[in-house]
Amino acid sequence: MGILDKHKAIETNATLLLILSFLVVTIGGLVQIVPLFYLDNTIEKVEGVRPYSPLELAGRDIYIREGCYVCHSQMIRPMRDEVERYGHYSLAAESMYDHPFQWGSKRTGPDLARVGGRYSDEWHVDHLRNPQSVVPESVMPKYGFLERKMIEGEYIQDLMKTHKFVGVPYTDEMIEAGRDDFMAQADPDSDYDALLERYPGAQVRNFDAQPGISEADALIAYLQILGTMVDFSTFEPDASR
Amino acid sequence: MSKQDNKNDVPTTGHSWDGIEEFDNPMPRWWLWTFYACIVWAIGYTIAYPAWPMIKSATPGLLGFSTRAQVETQISDAELANAVINDQLATVELTEISADPELLGYAKNKGAAVFRTWCAQCHGSGAAGVQANGYPNLLDNDWLWGGAIDDIHTTITHGIRNTADEDARFSQMPAFGEILEPTDIHAVANYVMSLSGEAQDSSVVEAGATVFMDNCSACHAEDGTGDRFQGAPNLTDAIWLYGNGYDNIVKQISVARNGVMPNWNTRLDEAEIRAVATYVHSLGGGEATE
Repeated sequence: MGILDKHKAIETNATLLLILSFLVVTIGGLVQIVPLFYLDNTIEKVEGVRPYSPLELAGRDIYIREGCYVCHSQMIRPMRDEVERYGHYSLAAESMYDHPFQWGSKRTGPDLARVGGRYSDEWHVDHLRNPQSVVPESVMPKYGFLERKMIEGEYIQDLMKTHKFVGVPYTDEMIEAGRDDFMAQADPDSDYDALLERYPGAQVRNFDAQPGISEADALIAYLQILGTMVDFSTFEPDASR
Repeated sequence: MSKQDNKNDVPTTGHSWDGIEEFDNPMPRWWLWTFYACIVWAIGYTIAYPAWPMIKSATPGLLGFSTRAQVETQISDAELANAVINDQLATVELTEISADPELLGYAKNKGAAVFRTWCAQCHGSGAAGVQANGYPNLLDNDWLWGGAIDDIHTTITHGIRNTADEDARFSQMPAFGEILEPTDIHAVANYVMSLSGEAQDSSVVEAGATVFMDNCSACHAEDGTGDRFQGAPNLTDAIWLYGNGYDNIVKQISVARNGVMPNWNTRLDEAEIRAVATYVHSLGGGEATE
């Protein structure tokens, strides 16, 4: 019987059993996870995806802080019903600068992967203030306090450095100008040419239509960019997926 | 289990835990064969479908399956199945849609789906709008820009007061807070309220009527019934775009909110626009084309 008789030694030694079980589970995990890091088609290359602008990044932080992800996913699955309701299915590349990612299928509220440009800023202000005023059947809580809470972006450069640390390609120039860009994007009278050069397609507006930069400004700037970076009229899906 | 139960002399596994031994009964045959079948199935599955990670990519599988190709096929199949009737919907005279029961039924159902996806955000899932926020109710027969099928079709196609489509319906109520004196605004608000029978300060209604004739009647008409060519609401009925009552009316006169609707010709195709126009027209307030 040879080795088969030896299992008694493992079964009677809890520590050895634990170590060997861990090794087996580790091999299983590695086989599933490691290939994703080297296979070419894990994240296909698409045009247009850029790191979030400082204001959008601040909005994303508010989105995560308020736990929006608990009810809203950002992942349109490749299924006909989802594509017809939400738009083109999500690509891995569209969330490659998301740390942490916002995928999921828990949809108490609708998926937000392509919410950008789908509603007006005014609608977002109304809806954050009192969701039931525009969607009577909604169970979303009120977020009116966001427009009263002013932010100045004093930590935005630190936030960008952190994202750079985990792999988002913010350049030193982007981080250097972080706070100026943060201010410029919420002010249509600002000199925002440099901002647009660094973050193509960034929308420059006073999102909440009130003086100063509020958390609502940042959050709406983030929501309005979601899913709009890739131009799907020129997108060719990779056949190997 | 005690020894005397071992009637068939099944051997034990040879293990002993504190004197407890275990019979080495064979697995049920059906279970064992199901298990083997599952293993064979799994191997076949990884050959047929994308599975094993190789150096540059995973094995594509003999069947060449891809979720993206599948969803593309599903969408094109659905489009193909509806191609004939969509084509008919997109080309027939707008007023003829209601004459063909099959086309009308299709348009209303398709329109309801389009409405829930693209219109319900502002006009509400039941199309009742939001009065206080200026999102019009589409269930009643009070229309800002006209309630005939072609009027609704034009509104949906080009939108209202947007900057993306130069054919968008356009009109602009001035903010009278910068033009009129507060006493005049007070007076005209009361006059407007008197039109639908809810004036609160009847002593100024007469003065308000003069202010109305001088400033408001060009768009809202001399009798206050509005003008659909300019999207000017009828002020004599009980339906209000930005809410009724003195405070809401004074606010609208003073700051003049002008609602915006996007043009849908860049997001929906002609059949979808006509479908949702038919749906909205069928909600209760649809008017006949003159």
